Amino acid sequence: MTTPRLGFENDISELEDQIGRLRTMARQRGLEATGELRDLEEKLGQLRAEAYQNLTAVERVQFARHPQRPYTLDYIAGAFTDFIELHGDRLFRDDEAIIGGWARLEGRTLMVIGHQKGRDMKENLRRNFGMPHPEGYRKALRLMRLAEKFGAPIVTLIDTPGAYPGIGAEERGQGEAIAMNLREMARLAVPFVAVVIGEGGSGGALALGVADRVLMMENAVYSVITPEGCAAILWKTASAKDKAAEAMKMTAADLLALGVIDEIVPEPLGGAHVDRDQAVANLKTALLRNLDEVVTLAPMELLQQRWDKYERMGTWYEVAVPAD
Amino acid sequence: MSWFRKEKQKLRATDRRDLPTDVFEKCPRCGEILYRARLEQNLFVCPTCAHHQRIGAVGYVQLLADEGSFEERDGELRSSDPLGFVDLKAYTSRLEAAQRSTGHGDAVITGDATLDGVPVALAVMDFDFIGGSMGSVVGEKVARSGRRALAEHKPLIVVSSSGGARMMEGILSLMQMAKTSVVLARMHDAGIPYISVLSDPTTGGVTASYGMLGDVNVAEPGALIGFAGARVIEQTIKQELPEGFQRAEFLLEHGMVDMVVDRREMKATISRLLRHMLKLPDPSIGPLESPPARRPGPRSRRGRGGRGDAARARRNDRSAKERPSD
Repeated sequence: MTTPRLGFENDISELEDQIGRLRTMARQRGLEATGELRDLEEKLGQLRAEAYQNLTAVERVQFARHPQRPYTLDYIAGAFTDFIELHGDRLFRDDEAIIGGWARLEGRTLMVIGHQKGRDMKENLRRNFGMPHPEGYRKALRLMRLAEKFGAPIVTLIDTPGAYPGIGAEERGQGEAIAMNLREMARLAVPFVAVVIGEGGSGGALALGVADRVLMMENAVYSVITPEGCAAILWKTASAKDKAAEAMKMTAADLLALGVIDEIVPEPLGGAHVDRDQAVANLKTALLRNLDEVVTLAPMELLQQRWDKYERMGTWYEVAVPAD
Repeated sequence: MSWFRKEKQKLRATDRRDLPTDVFEKCPRCGEILYRARLEQNLFVCPTCAHHQRIGAVGYVQLLADEGSFEERDGELRSSDPLGFVDLKAYTSRLEAAQRSTGHGDAVITGDATLDGVPVALAVMDFDFIGGSMGSVVGEKVARSGRRALAEHKPLIVVSSSGGARMMEGILSLMQMAKTSVVLARMHDAGIPYISVLSDPTTGGVTASYGMLGDVNVAEPGALIGFAGARVIEQTIKQELPEGFQRAEFLLEHGMVDMVVDRREMKATISRLLRHMLKLPDPSIGPLESPPARRPGPRSRRGRGGRGDAARARRNDRSAKERPSD
């Protein structure tokens, strides 16, 4: 399977090819050009690093949606041990767009819950492309409460295009399920760390993300609506998605600046899909550090800080006299 | 030469009477021509088919608050355009236009009032202000209303009417869902009643936060209420949606709202609900003469079993402490 590339990645690989051709030519003709070649390669390396650091918002969106990007189950397999998946919301059915269960992080028991996308069409049909129905959110809440009952910390991994827009989802109360999770996450008296690992698609993402610490992978995105949706509504054409992505400020760096997230987890050069093990290791390090910070807090203190954090969010100013 | 020649005379209309355009209105559902003053008297509910027209924020304040009791709070809050957002128009110019056309600072009016003598915190959204969208100002005003309800131990009533989160404030709009839900969580723990009134239309981020979190959810007849927009659903499933989908009656049938209430009965219904939840006497006895006494501190909550001892102990410890009030 070939790895899909972004536009500028094609340019980089073209340069790589050129350097390769130069080297073979030099060898064939017995020319001594290793010094120059090394310089060129070094330059290429710098260029590459620079390019990946200055990705545009819409390029980050492509990274976040990359089909080879590590998903929740990859992080669970790589960073956690002793994972036992638990199923079902006890009300309607098991929604496989969200998975969860007991797991250990360096021996410590916790509850890990996350959106799960499929790797191929068959799995995606089962997982609904990571777009949960209400029962997925209700399963997540059931597992969060289970964690609270036994005083275990909660870790959520967020990666969804959004909550599924369908007839059944509406009939069974998609809005209610998300709303209830938001309220109940504010009442869970256990340490809670959320990580946006790929796509943070609006309310469908936030429904797993009212936490003491919110982290984001370097190339993850998190927004109120997809750039395509925003472009269609405000620019009246989906082709304005680049502008919309830029305007909405949806990258990890943007969200850190806005105070919505607490930390950016670095990804290997070229994105998490290039070196999954490294991405998993980076996430594990960040998770351990953040959990260590919050587990020391008493339950009431923990909740108070969580409330204060969310109650402060947003910006406004006050005019002297009301207009009306 | 014609024999019957008749002086041609142009048809002349009698003097045109200038009819004010707003004297009569046609019901958008049954087509009945309605005398506007009558319609207004009937709270903009068609006397023939009971179609509920949208009445806007001021209309709901008049509908629910006792006469002269409403005192606006936080009316001076304005959006600071945190992202410097520009699409085909600048967000700041959209805001100015909406402020000019509605006379409101943002898409919600909040304040304190009495309802049949019961003191309440009241928040009413206005769909005419950028589609009733929720940005930082809406979130903050609703949150402050909840905090006043907490501090003064009085119920909160929110009348929703919204297309969802305000895209022009990006992720900060999404965070207003979390913010308002956090305040509702604290109210829930303190045993303070919250009634969510869902009017036409309520969708997206408002449905998926305070819209659906009422202790009692009350919907207006025919109101469009849902999470995803109908167009998005149709595009996703490539099917036409059934008649009545996402209407108030559909939500009642699927168990998402407690009741669908005619606007003409709305105030009386809310009054009865509040009195049940506040353990006050039946409203048929008459309006309260003096405001009800402040109830003692927060009740212990979720007393039922099924939780581990450790969690219960933490919980009790939590409710024993003084809750922060802003």
